[in-house]
Amino acid sequence: MHEFSLMQNVLTTVEKTANQSGARCVTEVRLAIGEMAEVVADAMQFAFEALTLGTICEGATLNIETVPTRSRCVQCGHEFTHDRYQWTCPKCASLATELISGREMYISSIEIEEKND
Amino acid sequence: MTREVAIEQPILDLNDRLAADNRALLDKHKIYMLDVLASPGAGKTSLILATIAALRDRWRIAVIEGDIASDVDSQRIKEQGIPAVQINTGGACHLESAMIKRALDILNLNELDIIIVENVGNLVCPTDFYLGEDAKVMILSVPEGHDKPLKYPGVFQVAKAVLLNKIDTLNVFNFDERQFKEDVGRLNPQATIFPVVAAGEQGGKGITAWSQWLCAQIEQKSSGGGCSVRQ
Repeated sequence: MHEFSLMQNVLTTVEKTANQSGARCVTEVRLAIGEMAEVVADAMQFAFEALTLGTICEGATLNIETVPTRSRCVQCGHEFTHDRYQWTCPKCASLATELISGREMYISSIEIEEKND
Repeated sequence: MTREVAIEQPILDLNDRLAADNRALLDKHKIYMLDVLASPGAGKTSLILATIAALRDRWRIAVIEGDIASDVDSQRIKEQGIPAVQINTGGACHLESAMIKRALDILNLNELDIIIVENVGNLVCPTDFYLGEDAKVMILSVPEGHDKPLKYPGVFQVAKAVLLNKIDTLNVFNFDERQFKEDVGRLNPQATIFPVVAAGEQGGKGITAWSQWLCAQIEQKSSGGGCSVRQ
């Protein structure tokens, strides 16, 4: 349950960016979270709603894109998408694979309304 | 009118940057840092004490203890004459790199070869937080059950080595060691598994193999010399 601390990090960056961009308010926050990251979307949503009250982000939509888990086989170079439990290369059955994506936690972008609207 | 503003920044950007600072500081002093993850009661402190006993003749060791509250763990380490810094997270479920930075400021880095970090007992949250360590390892204890790799895959995947502690109780808990090894092998084919007994009557079992592995890791970072492990 570290979603509150993650969301606090998100909102610090989002608020800074929004203010620098001359935003009146933020209407959407877009995140990209890897399937392998220990993050629960519902808990993120709850933290978002709780932490944005009375801020420039109040009432904004939180949009979380899930990044699939992908690995590359060290033996044959094959790249493949897989679930959290199957890491074996489907092409050559090698166990030596390395993760390319699926652990990332990114703030992609925000949607803002500008002050002079 | 609304407009989109791109950010493209890791959520844990600040944590990761501070972790990189920690790592640079450790690299400068040629100190190897190990982050130990496990559930509460798996035997983290006992395993660290057994590791200290095996390595202390060869390496200068310090321990950073992470707990929600109390300093009982760091006291156990200090009783062995080993420097220890206690971090109380005050409720937080994991250590972050800023906390490690403050602990590194307290330790005398000129007189250390390895720092062992005992993370907060938790199989979930600490896996996402890079602290600047050279490796994360995890401990599962037999009473927790052999199905844990399937329930908490993340922690088994980030670990460079997996210690299976309390193997003197395998029969008591009907722990299927073969199944466990198969599941860990599928999640993290490159992790080494060390069955050990950290404390109790059979305390010390398997510790030599684990310590030799750790020794080789420290060796790679430190400035050479043969590796000796106290049997």
